[in-house]
Amino acid sequence: MSDAVLSTLPPDGPVVEIRKLWSAFRLPEGRMVVHKDLDLTVQRGEVLSIVGGSGSGKTVLLRQILGLERPASGEVRIMGQPVREMTRRGASSRVGMLFQHGALFSAFSVIENVTFPLRELKTLPRRLVEEAAMVKLQMVGLKPGDAKKMPAELSGGMIKRAALARALIMDPPLLLLDEPTAGLDPDSSDGFVNLLRSLHHDLALTVIMVTHDLDTLFELSTRIAVLADQRVIVAGRPREVIAFRHPFIEEFFLGERGQRAMELLREYPFAI
Amino acid sequence: MGGPILAMNDATPRFEQAPAPQGTAVRLLGEWTAAQFARPRVFRELRHLLPAADAGKRAWDLREAAQLDHVGAQLLWDHWGQRWPERLELLPPQRAILERVAQFTARPQRAPRRGPRALYFAFGAKLMAALGHVKGFVQLIGQLTLDLRELVRAPHQAPWRDFSGHLYRIGVTALPITALVGGLIGVVLAYLTSRQLRQFGADAYIVDILGIALVRELGPMLAAILIAGRSGSAITAQIGVMRVTDELDAMRVMGISHTYRLVMPRAMALSIAMPLISGWTTIAGLIGGMVAADLSLGISPIFFVKALPAAVSLPNLALGMSKSVVFGILIALIGCHFGLRVRPNTQSLGQGTTASVVTAITMVILVDALFAVLFSNVGI
Repeated sequence: MSDAVLSTLPPDGPVVEIRKLWSAFRLPEGRMVVHKDLDLTVQRGEVLSIVGGSGSGKTVLLRQILGLERPASGEVRIMGQPVREMTRRGASSRVGMLFQHGALFSAFSVIENVTFPLRELKTLPRRLVEEAAMVKLQMVGLKPGDAKKMPAELSGGMIKRAALARALIMDPPLLLLDEPTAGLDPDSSDGFVNLLRSLHHDLALTVIMVTHDLDTLFELSTRIAVLADQRVIVAGRPREVIAFRHPFIEEFFLGERGQRAMELLREYPFAI
Repeated sequence: MGGPILAMNDATPRFEQAPAPQGTAVRLLGEWTAAQFARPRVFRELRHLLPAADAGKRAWDLREAAQLDHVGAQLLWDHWGQRWPERLELLPPQRAILERVAQFTARPQRAPRRGPRALYFAFGAKLMAALGHVKGFVQLIGQLTLDLRELVRAPHQAPWRDFSGHLYRIGVTALPITALVGGLIGVVLAYLTSRQLRQFGADAYIVDILGIALVRELGPMLAAILIAGRSGSAITAQIGVMRVTDELDAMRVMGISHTYRLVMPRAMALSIAMPLISGWTTIAGLIGGMVAADLSLGISPIFFVKALPAAVSLPNLALGMSKSVVFGILIALIGCHFGLRVRPNTQSLGQGTTASVVTAITMVILVDALFAVLFSNVGI
């Protein structure tokens, strides 16, 4: 696709389409297969959560969707395009990624971090770029006074918010989150979940997230995909997933930890 | 509109003016998004044409724009003078975006212009920072002295494994590069001097010149500069990364002193490795010089080796070696000093490493000059 006709207008159809995906790594001991014939489809407007045991390949799957890993075979299509188009110039307008630890550039101030994708285009004037960044900063709940701070001066919650503003600076239709509430205290975690919910609504985002936190999972997800045995064993609405018989699901949702979060299901029926 | 150079398509953000019931209406077409503005010339073209659409008097119709994102909305809002135009037609999602932009538009505060007063204070801050470095360095030396007392009191508890590891990494692995550089400098020096010496028929004195220059000055200096660049930077980077990843704090929480566990083994290893490397570099330089002297002046290696002890008296060797011990300790301490002062961000790590190497090399040359003045009548 040439640059001249590049459009961010997503065509109709699924936002993410993964078919027969194989991911494998070469290790000294031999080949390690992480995904085997994995299929997953994400429709527009969904909040899909990917859950799975540690080492089940959740983060690898996220990296496949971002085009940071190469599939051993199979294909990943984002908005109808092959995923290798994703890391090209202007990628910020196609997908936003919130890394687990924020991945803010520590040598840049908050405003420089948020404006970075726009500044790299080299076509927009500085004033417009900075104003656009200030709007996004306030949309994620930071104050204008935080703009000149360095990442080292921010709290964990503020780092996540600044990183989210950076991910959203070009209004991508697809947002990927890796453990969005990990490392946040319960209050900031709740605040962040509320923020994500309102942004999902306001910006008509499609969200894919990896999370271990059951509260976040049930409060945000419209759909849950469970990764086990190197593939997606079940993907569906939370109730359908919980009803699925599999040792991992019973351990994860119906254990003591799960029972507590299940209370939330009754409090937040909209999640179902 | 849209010049002939510009590849126009449906997505290109543009507008057209058409007569409307009251005056002229401006209709937005195409995708008003950052991705479109990213294309070459699109944004320049648009900025060039926009002033033709006067904000106040025209009616604005956004309904036919295929897409409008926050950057596009910001552009419109700024064009409207950050006010709502009197007549505006738009879709509810577009209104939501524009309302957010209207609510949150703010200018980041500019750094105030620096007057003479600010420059004066900046100079003061620099001066204080330099004094802080001196103070920190003296503290480091003091702490190291206390640690050495601890070492003498309980030698079996000292970090000997670290010490031997550093000895290997700083010493053994540096042997090939120092030999190469030393040998080449020896060759160059011999060729340069042989031309002058031949004019006076003083060919045999090449042994004296090479011997004194390499044993007393060049060998220790070359070795020290190479090690400062190679190991000084590594020391700063290692300790600096430990700061970035909180490992230094973890160590302190365990009640283990940074200087005892990190600085002392490195300083000890360098104080032993440095004179050895310096001797090794000197030997490589002498061999290179010997070969070059044989080729250019016909001075046989046997004569060279026999004449060397007479040409270079023992105090010269002692001076070169003892200088190297001081260089080694200096390089280790400067590397550790800058490593421990790294702040937890990548930029500071880079600055610290650069400053460490530059300071170490400068200090080595300064101390070498000091030695030259103090011991000017020893050995020659």
